[in-house]
Amino acid sequence: MADDWEIADESARLPHRPPGAEDTAVVRFERVGLRYDVGPEVFRDMSFTLPAGSFHFLTGGSGAGKSTVLGLCYLSLRPTRGLVTLFGHDVSRAPTRLLPRLRRRLGVVFQDFRLIEHLSAMDNVALPLRVAGVPEPDIRRHVPELLAWVGLADHLEARPSTLSGGQKQRVAIARAVINRPDLLLADEPTGNVDDRIAMRLLHLFEELNKLGTTVLIATHNEQLVRRFAHPCLQLNHGALTLRQPEPPQPRPGPRPAGGLQGGRMDRP
Amino acid sequence: MRSDIPLSRDRNARLVPVLVGVMVFLAVLAASGALALDNVLDRWRRDVTGTLTAQIQAAPGLGAEARAATDRRVALALEALRGHPAVASARALDDAELTALVEPWIGAGELLDDLPMPRLIDITLRPGAGGDTASDVARALAAAVPGASLDAHRLWLSRLMDLGEALGLLALAVVAVVGVATTLAIIHATRAGLTAHRPVIEVLHLIGAQQDYIARQFARHALTQGLKGGLGGFMLALPVLAGVGWLAAQVEGGLIPRVGLSPWDWLWLVLLPLGAAGLSMLTARVTVLHTLSRMP
Repeated sequence: MADDWEIADESARLPHRPPGAEDTAVVRFERVGLRYDVGPEVFRDMSFTLPAGSFHFLTGGSGAGKSTVLGLCYLSLRPTRGLVTLFGHDVSRAPTRLLPRLRRRLGVVFQDFRLIEHLSAMDNVALPLRVAGVPEPDIRRHVPELLAWVGLADHLEARPSTLSGGQKQRVAIARAVINRPDLLLADEPTGNVDDRIAMRLLHLFEELNKLGTTVLIATHNEQLVRRFAHPCLQLNHGALTLRQPEPPQPRPGPRPAGGLQGGRMDRP
Repeated sequence: MRSDIPLSRDRNARLVPVLVGVMVFLAVLAASGALALDNVLDRWRRDVTGTLTAQIQAAPGLGAEARAATDRRVALALEALRGHPAVASARALDDAELTALVEPWIGAGELLDDLPMPRLIDITLRPGAGGDTASDVARALAAAVPGASLDAHRLWLSRLMDLGEALGLLALAVVAVVGVATTLAIIHATRAGLTAHRPVIEVLHLIGAQQDYIARQFARHALTQGLKGGLGGFMLALPVLAGVGWLAAQVEGGLIPRVGLSPWDWLWLVLLPLGAAGLSMLTARVTVLHTLSRMP
């Protein structure tokens, strides 16, 4: 099995995917449990699937573990139990050599942005392209284009420390989407921007989604979730439930309690 | 070259060139000492191996009669030596050569007439002569001519050469220790750099940078630092070497052979700072790869 990981061509690996896994699953959690050191389990038996091309919100109160779920997706954390597969690869068993290639298919907007302080906005956004070895002329063409699109045309050479919170966030988002990721993970991407820009960013994510990028956005902004009709994974006390989008007409009353289960949820 | 990690701004990293400089300075001094010593030893070795000097006492008395007696002794000695199987050739030094030898000590003049000068015979041994050849030749000589002796300088010089070789090894050990110390210092500096820039490295890691991409930046930085320090240390060592060379040249009278370095020796010395820079680069690279391989 281990040798199969060495095959670079994605299609060549298809027969070796775990039995029963959907070929279109970009992210798949099966009975995932996670504990830090000797502490109690943060999650138990968490299962869900993000099919290719899907768009999900991930909601839950602060401390519910939204960032932890994302961390498991972008390979910063490894499950202590269960199975996490990313693009069909069991992340716990994938060889270290393969991980950078998997990570390059991701775009991540970190909650704290994680911009590199001594690099200009332009160099920060160019980073995913540089580590992937994209030729410098292409970088110089695409990066300013994207920064202009997120409204930072005048800040190409600005250091992150000179930018406002909202501007930093847009740089972080530009860095996450510059390489047309197959999976976009965003942790509170609209936390620091006004509604107008939040809408604009969400539309950017939807555009990417239409082009085939699978999107998972962690947010506590219920308004946003309601305005964009996408399914929502709700985290509550370490348990995950899937809520399908409400009917397009906004209903003023309280939202359905508990949330609906089923649909894309995997029930083991 | 572009760098995503601001390594050149580390205070810690600024110490590295100084350290490499000091190390290379010491290594150059030790190595040039070893090389110069080896050159001296080489010359002595050439002088000593396969040659002996026999000394024939002058016949008592002065004047033509005594001289004739001494000449007869020399002839006898030459005959005995040339008949010995281990001797390739034997040649008596002529008057002019003898005079030249004693001139620095006694002065010029009709010395050989006034003094009962011993005569010297240069003996060249056949190649491959064994260790006890000298004493064998000495016995044969003493049996043939009374008052003839073989110069013992061979034994004396060989002891001196043992000492010289030990000193040479010591100098090389210093170079080796300096190399180890430099490696340890680079490992420490690289680890400090990795810790200081952990946030940046984590970001690079999470956006899919290969370990090699990160290691290359550290290695390139270490190479620059190593070159800077290494060449600096080398430059500092040059005046010291020139000073020592000048002092050695002041020692007159051929008491010690001329101390000097050949172009090949200089090549070895130039390799030291370059080697130190290469070592820095390699050490940094290995350290970074080792640390990164333990990241999630």
